[in-house]
Amino acid sequence: MNLHQPHRPATADRPNRPRARCLVACAVVVAVGLTACSSDDDADGTTTTAATTAAPTTATEAPALTEAPAPTGSAGTTEAPTTTAGPGGSVTLLAYDSFVTDGTSLGTALDAFTSATGVEVNVVIGGDAGTMVSKAVLTAGNPEGDVMFGIDNTLLSRAIDADVFDPYESTQHDALAPALTELVPGNEVTPVDYGDVCLNYDIAWFTDHDLAPPTDLQDLTDPRYRDLLVTENPASSSPGLAFLLASIAEFGSDGWQQWWTDLRDNGVDVVDSWDDAYYSQFSGSSGKGPRPIVVSYGSSPPAEVIYADPPRTDAPTAVVPATCFRQVEFAGVLRGAEHPDAARLLVDFLASPSFQSEVALNLFVYPARPDTSLPPEFTKYSVQPDHPLTVAPADIAAHREEWVDAWTEIVLR
Amino acid sequence: MNPADGAGTDARSATTLPRRLRLALIVAPLSFLLLFYAWPLVTLLRRVLRAGVVVDTLHRPGIVEVLWFTCWQAAASTVLTLVVGLGPAWLLARWSFPGRRLLTAITTVPFLLPTVVVGAAFLALLPDRFAGTPTAILVAHVFCNVAVVVRVVGALWTQLPRDLGGAARTLGASGFRAFREVTLPLLRPALVAAAAVVFLFTFTSFGVVQVLGGPRNPTIEVEIARRATQLGDVGGAAVLAMMQLIVLALLVAWSTRSQRRAATRFGLRRTRRARPITARQRALVALGALATAAAMLAPLVVLALRSLRPREGWTLRAWRTLGTTELRPGLTIGGDPIGALMTSLRTAVVATVIAVVLGGLASLAIAAAGRHGRMLDVGLMLPLGTSAVTIGLGMLITFDHPPVDWRGEPWIVPLGHALVGIPFVVRSTLPTLRARPPGWIDAAATLGASPTRSWWHIDVALLRRPLLVGAGFAAAISLGEFGATSFLTRAGRETLPITIARLLGRAGDLPRAQAFALATILAAVTIAVIAVIETLDREPRDG
Repeated sequence: MNLHQPHRPATADRPNRPRARCLVACAVVVAVGLTACSSDDDADGTTTTAATTAAPTTATEAPALTEAPAPTGSAGTTEAPTTTAGPGGSVTLLAYDSFVTDGTSLGTALDAFTSATGVEVNVVIGGDAGTMVSKAVLTAGNPEGDVMFGIDNTLLSRAIDADVFDPYESTQHDALAPALTELVPGNEVTPVDYGDVCLNYDIAWFTDHDLAPPTDLQDLTDPRYRDLLVTENPASSSPGLAFLLASIAEFGSDGWQQWWTDLRDNGVDVVDSWDDAYYSQFSGSSGKGPRPIVVSYGSSPPAEVIYADPPRTDAPTAVVPATCFRQVEFAGVLRGAEHPDAARLLVDFLASPSFQSEVALNLFVYPARPDTSLPPEFTKYSVQPDHPLTVAPADIAAHREEWVDAWTEIVLR
Repeated sequence: MNPADGAGTDARSATTLPRRLRLALIVAPLSFLLLFYAWPLVTLLRRVLRAGVVVDTLHRPGIVEVLWFTCWQAAASTVLTLVVGLGPAWLLARWSFPGRRLLTAITTVPFLLPTVVVGAAFLALLPDRFAGTPTAILVAHVFCNVAVVVRVVGALWTQLPRDLGGAARTLGASGFRAFREVTLPLLRPALVAAAAVVFLFTFTSFGVVQVLGGPRNPTIEVEIARRATQLGDVGGAAVLAMMQLIVLALLVAWSTRSQRRAATRFGLRRTRRARPITARQRALVALGALATAAAMLAPLVVLALRSLRPREGWTLRAWRTLGTTELRPGLTIGGDPIGALMTSLRTAVVATVIAVVLGGLASLAIAAAGRHGRMLDVGLMLPLGTSAVTIGLGMLITFDHPPVDWRGEPWIVPLGHALVGIPFVVRSTLPTLRARPPGWIDAAATLGASPTRSWWHIDVALLRRPLLVGAGFAAAISLGEFGATSFLTRAGRETLPITIARLLGRAGDLPRAQAFALATILAAVTIAVIAVIETLDREPRDG
């Protein structure tokens, strides 16, 4: 029943108060502690139900949704609210923690979806992408929501193997980049955006030291770049894993071990999280750490300009395109979803132009629709590689643990 | 006062209350524990634990090193924290001076700031060569946990009669000898309680170890999170969580036993704090207070400075753009810091009420009941030793169908916080109940009071001050809690630590500076909350 509850704090927090009152009552009527507290749970149940029925969306409206005709293209569903006002109801979107709807244009876009279809969107934040997928695997068949957004190609096979998704071919399928849709021939999920994990370097540092920045992965083992690189632990960080996969894509499943041995001898530093690497160790960020090369995102230089304080017109950092590993993010309908039809509408919407145009500045990724225009900073301060490094999702799922354990032995022990 | 005596009186007081009342006391905290802790944990274990998983996990290379490192850093952190914490505990428990309440509040803040933030502040403070070393972890652990010693030991220390030490010195003992042979043994139950809590916290330390220890020094808790969230190996994570739990359950069982045996019974009239009179006393108190304040505030000042100085030059931009202000048309960082602050405060109030009520009941039950009470005591400590990931995942697959379809309920978050807050309420209240001289009940009986009535007027009334201390802890824990919240939060109901962590995870000067601005706000609010609770705690009237 919670799935219908709108996520506005005012209504969401209402059930707290009766509970607190009841607990005070528990304290006073000590002797009947048991009965008081078991009825306490009932009290919560009834309060919540009341709040739910008072809300505009109720479970009784859900059957109407199933009779609705299948959606016909996102342009209609999102931009002509009066003509295609849909069947109402609600849908719950599971997303990773950087998916911020409160006061952002992502939230505005979802509101537009609601006014076009009548379907209210509740967002549930599932932690980082890895945590979200672990939770989805555990709850497969009885999911926390209807749609999951933000699962990437390094996690995808794990979820597909656990039968987390209901396959659905989006109405937007043909408008998305074929290189991305080809990753999921079974249409378990739909690509929404992609980004690159690349070496970033501190432009000023290399100018000051009269040194050319590295141009590919092999360069990093050169003594000229000794003690310059900081990367993340693939066991705890998504860019760290992407960088390990980049080395596997570049040097093959038999060659990457030697490269990392050399890299270790050449003084690579490893930290646990991206923000530690980028802010505490990297010299190009506001943290002004000691190392001029870091494993970060292809969109980090644009972010440095967009969020610069004081404002600036040149990026302090740049990417090395030949080192980029491509991360693709997908959305899919969860198997066992309570509102499967609304869920499909939402997946279509996530791949539609009105949502696609918001992803760059909100999530710092590239839209999966090639026809979407990009903010100028993205084209000016970052470079998209022509041939990004990649490893097939099935290979990642099959070997991830083995690779990470082997890496730990080589680099950390 | 000797162990045998303590155990004897314990058994005697257990028989004074009617059995029905004792049962009633135990029922609420016990049901809470079974429903929201034991059930989810068992559900998760039944789902993911297989013999093969156990064997695989235990044979993984490096697992012995992880275990060993976890144990020794926790032991070292605990000893250091006790040594360092005794000074401020003595200062705040024994002396009356202007700003004492504020100083108490300040020492509490490091304990509850999200560890991610503490880690970032320390990284900026400590010289580079300490980054990624066990030394950095130990220093940060001491900084975060001094509050436990100040609170738990201080609560008992304020009740030690001042003339005991004086009597020893009249008999010719040196100041140090009087402290070692009189004060220290009397403080022992509180010291053991504080040590157990600090050990629990440092054994399960996550954020500090992850930020300061680097990938070469993982604790079991860090390894659990990695396995469960990044590698998708929930089974392996559960095996490690069980190992951790077994170690900590043994420790807790030992420490509660030892606390019970060492329970000191003496007059409970709170000793009035003395004003420093001689020049030497004044200098000692002033220096001690200043040193404590400086050590506790330094990392907080670093946070504030970094919010004002993102790259170079001073600017208020991070503060001005907090909230939903557009940075430029179409571009906002998003989030609602004021809303998050309100959510945090509301959550803290509810969590504190639950923790105080259930913790108070549990304390009375533990003090009144015999063996069952002791089992409840250990049981209530277990959530502290269980990784948030495990409890979070357990709740996810337990409360997922009617009539317990609670996954999305907003009250599940303060409830999770209360689970962690209750043991603090128990630890703060139990020493006082155990220190109550059995003669008081006898005296009441002589005057014709029924056992229930004398219990109500003596034990329940005694709880007021320690309950306030426990409430402060519970509120503080709720304000700073991150792990479990991150599993149960929904959009629009973010607490402040979640918002901070999210901002820290983005590139660019401004989100970073905003995160530090919010951390500064969180620290300030916490100081205010604790200071208010401290002012509620007036000196007792005679009587």
